[in-house]
Amino acid sequence: MKEIISSFAGVEVYDGIDCITVKVEKDKLYDFLKFLKTNESLDFNMIVDITAVDYPEEDPRFEMVYHVYSIKNNVRIRVKSRVKEGDSVDSATSLWKGAEWLEREVYDMFGIRFNNHPDLRRILMTDDFKYHPLRKDFPLQGIEES
Amino acid sequence: MSEQKKFMTLNMGPQHPATHGVLKIILELDGEVVHRAIPVIGHLHRGVEKLGEARTYIQNIVYTDRLDYTSAMINNLAYCLAVEKLMGIEVPERAKVIRVIMSELSRIAAHLIWLATHALDIGAMTLYFYCFREREKILDMWEMVSGQRLTPSYIRIGGVLSDLPNGFMDRLKSFVDTFDAYVDEYDKLLTKNPIWIARTKGVGVISKEDAINWGLTGPALRGSGVKFDYRKAQPYSGYEEYEFDIPVGSAGDNYDRYLVRLEEMRQSNRILKQAIKKLPEGPIKAHVPEIVFPEKEKVLTNIEALIHQFKIGCGNFSMPKGEVYASVENAKGELGFYIVSDGSSKPYRFRIKSSCFINLSALPEMVKGSMIADVVAVIGSIDIVLGEIDR
Repeated sequence: MKEIISSFAGVEVYDGIDCITVKVEKDKLYDFLKFLKTNESLDFNMIVDITAVDYPEEDPRFEMVYHVYSIKNNVRIRVKSRVKEGDSVDSATSLWKGAEWLEREVYDMFGIRFNNHPDLRRILMTDDFKYHPLRKDFPLQGIEES
Repeated sequence: MSEQKKFMTLNMGPQHPATHGVLKIILELDGEVVHRAIPVIGHLHRGVEKLGEARTYIQNIVYTDRLDYTSAMINNLAYCLAVEKLMGIEVPERAKVIRVIMSELSRIAAHLIWLATHALDIGAMTLYFYCFREREKILDMWEMVSGQRLTPSYIRIGGVLSDLPNGFMDRLKSFVDTFDAYVDEYDKLLTKNPIWIARTKGVGVISKEDAINWGLTGPALRGSGVKFDYRKAQPYSGYEEYEFDIPVGSAGDNYDRYLVRLEEMRQSNRILKQAIKKLPEGPIKAHVPEIVFPEKEKVLTNIEALIHQFKIGCGNFSMPKGEVYASVENAKGELGFYIVSDGSSKPYRFRIKSSCFINLSALPEMVKGSMIADVVAVIGSIDIVLGEIDR
């Protein structure tokens, strides 16, 4: 499994505590996800989760985290990619329909935008909300006028 | 010149009894036929993921109860498994079996509340009272072990809160012995009922390929004919040692999802019977002084133990750095926790993967072209809990 994943040029593959973890450049992210989905021996046909982590002191600031699962191989892997503030990521909705709401949530909570997303709106917060609450600089108790 | 068709917009919810909580669906209607459905969620958003970053690993357990509050114990388990994986804790055998007992009781309790409300939505009221009769017995057992009926927080990091109280096993045995007959009773009331069949067969269909592509999990996936269950695929808490079957449907409609859940209750009962025979003697908590509280008796008699409890309770402990994802098969599907640790006593990122969230995202596709009344049936059939969706 690891060898096949490593055959994709320019990715860093290592064993995490729980599963194989792959680091990939943002520009190659979509192509890599497509490779995971369409490669016949890998066959990662199910999206488990898409989320992000905020590291305000670091550059690039955000880290996208994808968990994908292959029913055929019974394997889950994690794909990570760093994203600069203000940058947008190519949407994975064309690969897995389930990515639609997960990406909306990432946009809502972190303010990361997705290219080619069919319906990029806020999902948990109201449409007129101005902030992105899961960013580390958003205070826990909220902001009064929002 | 083609005539532009005009659709009527109808807001269903958020205060609507059939939406199982505070879910709003904007329906674009062509007569009584649904042209487009747009779910609007977030009415119950509490910011649990944000709160989790400000509380210690131990304090976060109580938030997990409030996700899918119909089956709180499985949520506790999913979170504890993630933290245990991060720390490399091995849980004692007795605690593992108790966890399986609590998980399967939770699954039955959740499926009972699903069957009760789903049947009520469609118009079969009798079943509501039957299901709550059995659910009550499970809640009583939870009250015995934890003092709480809905939010027990009984499963803790490294094991369980305390040992099973006297009389618990007798109650469990009498429940297990009688439960199969009750499921047969529900079966008799509904499975061949012509009204039930008319409302569920061929309604809310999702194909096998679509179900996988949407990332559906749980009975919603199995109803479409995918034999997939995390308890079998990636066993946790000793599930590999139990014998049970994974029921699957074929049509992917409401009726098949109903049959899958009904059979799952029987299988859960089968697991419970094995767990009762299996339950070994021994400790119920792992010996990990860094994060597991000392025994209450020692805390009340020994000053060192008291200091120890105080220290952990105040969040004065550290965690290994790293990231981990762990998931369980809860009553609705896969409930996963992704935790990023920076070494402190609070998670740097506390991510909850909710199966209901993803299952609900497929709703617009499942109800497209059906009648308004079917929307109610489909919402009931995919079995959502807004506490877990909105987090």
